[in-house]
Amino acid sequence: MAAAACGPSSGGSAPGGEPVRLSVYAAASLVEVFGEIGQAFQETNPGVQVLFNFAGSQQLAQQIVLGANADVFASANPEQMEVLVDQGQAARQDVHVFATNHLVVVFPAPNPGLLMDLEDLARPGLKLVIAAPQVPAGAYALSFLEMAGESTEFGHEFRIAVLANVVSQEENVRAALSKVELGEADAGIVYASDAARASNVGTLDIPPEMNPTVTYPIAVLRQSSNASMAHAFVDFVRSPYAASILMRYGFTPVER
Amino acid sequence: MSALPPARGSKTSDLDAPPRRLFKSENIVGGQRELWSLLGLPLLIFLALPIAALLIRSSPVELLGNLSRPDVTKAIAVSLKTTLVSIVGIVVLGTPLAYLLGVRSFRGKRLIETLVDLPTVLPPSVAGVALLVAFGRRGILGGWLGDLGVDVAFSQLAVVMAQTFVAAPFFIRSAAVGFAAVDRELVQAAMLDGAGSWKLFREVILPLAYPSAMSGAVMSWARALGEFGATIIFAGNFPGRTQTMPLAIYIGFEVDLNTALTLSVILILLSFVSLWFIRLLLSRDAPEAPTSR
Repeated sequence: MAAAACGPSSGGSAPGGEPVRLSVYAAASLVEVFGEIGQAFQETNPGVQVLFNFAGSQQLAQQIVLGANADVFASANPEQMEVLVDQGQAARQDVHVFATNHLVVVFPAPNPGLLMDLEDLARPGLKLVIAAPQVPAGAYALSFLEMAGESTEFGHEFRIAVLANVVSQEENVRAALSKVELGEADAGIVYASDAARASNVGTLDIPPEMNPTVTYPIAVLRQSSNASMAHAFVDFVRSPYAASILMRYGFTPVER
Repeated sequence: MSALPPARGSKTSDLDAPPRRLFKSENIVGGQRELWSLLGLPLLIFLALPIAALLIRSSPVELLGNLSRPDVTKAIAVSLKTTLVSIVGIVVLGTPLAYLLGVRSFRGKRLIETLVDLPTVLPPSVAGVALLVAFGRRGILGGWLGDLGVDVAFSQLAVVMAQTFVAAPFFIRSAAVGFAAVDRELVQAAMLDGAGSWKLFREVILPLAYPSAMSGAVMSWARALGEFGATIIFAGNFPGRTQTMPLAIYIGFEVDLNTALTLSVILILLSFVSLWFIRLLLSRDAPEAPTSR
């Protein structure tokens, strides 16, 4: 009885002073915000060390499917989370949306492409970078163009002309932003959260009716050897405290 | 294969009947051969297993099926085109430099040799960033190139530049060793016969240095074929334009393993064949060209 009673309390803390290591696989667009959330979580849970692996969501999902040792997965789109649910790596009831994001157009501060409004994206010769279609940010950019193409405001030709201006499909959304920050490209389509943290870039808003809502699901993985601590981390990400951090980094938090 | 006097070619005389002393010393080591094989085995397995796994995972039928997919063929076409241009550029522009480093001695030679070697140890991503700040739109030469109407960003030229930057050292080093190994007396004899410097280079030095230069060129080409980091940073990724096989493998890995597997197997086969070719070339035509400095 006594042993059972003290079981749960010692479950989280580390035996022998060795820290509990929590391995969190998170989308590339979460680098800064999760860095800060992870720091805050470590401060409220001494003896826990949060280790992040940031990359494109699809890459992380593949790594987990191929056997990577992760406790928590935070994806930049539901599709990649769905991959893990389908593979039995995460339970559907454990998947929670904790934030949303949307797309903006960014351009280098000197504005070499002379972008004034969205229509300028279709101007011949403009160098536009997006993330690869295989990457969530790239898929969202394409669906924005799809919706713009169907709208009366922009039309089909706009979509064709913009697609013709794409000079590179970058491996992840941060690489696309870098090319714009460096001035290599005239414009890029990235997340609002990326634009919020970028230096020396200007932004153009995309109207909400053609701006796909980017949802970020998070889940504890079935394979986790620190399930209780992993759940605590997910709860923390969905807490009002984390919400304030998320907001500061340009995300729209979705609280419990 | 030719009947070289065994006294000179002691390093490679394993093809002919070895001289007695060598035979004896080999016998001493021979007693421990099994121990050595045992010690060598773990690393050999470690090196061979991933390659074997790739080949096992991909069925030949699927492989051939994938070969006709447009994203795969585009990547192969871009890779072959850019590496071909790169290797021609490397050989044409690299030969004078290799000759200079192999034959002449001058102040600052060590510094230049180190500079030439540097790209081989740099992470390719560093090479990519370096190329960006040099030739990118806002790079040191970027504005000047822009005025000339040369737009490097996101073009195949950028792919070629990335490949040349990381692959050229392999050719230069190997060719330089080849030039250095050319017998001075032979050159002097040819000069006495009245050969001009161009004729001398073409008819005496080049044929003698050829195996080293050729193996360097093949090595360089194989390295260019595998170039990834500098390309994706400097040239970006666009199917049919700048997406080479390694880029398609990286992007493809994330979506479907099939594209990645197909291209990986092709790359491995090409690389293996070219490295094998170098071995053959060096063991047959130039029994003493390498490392006789």
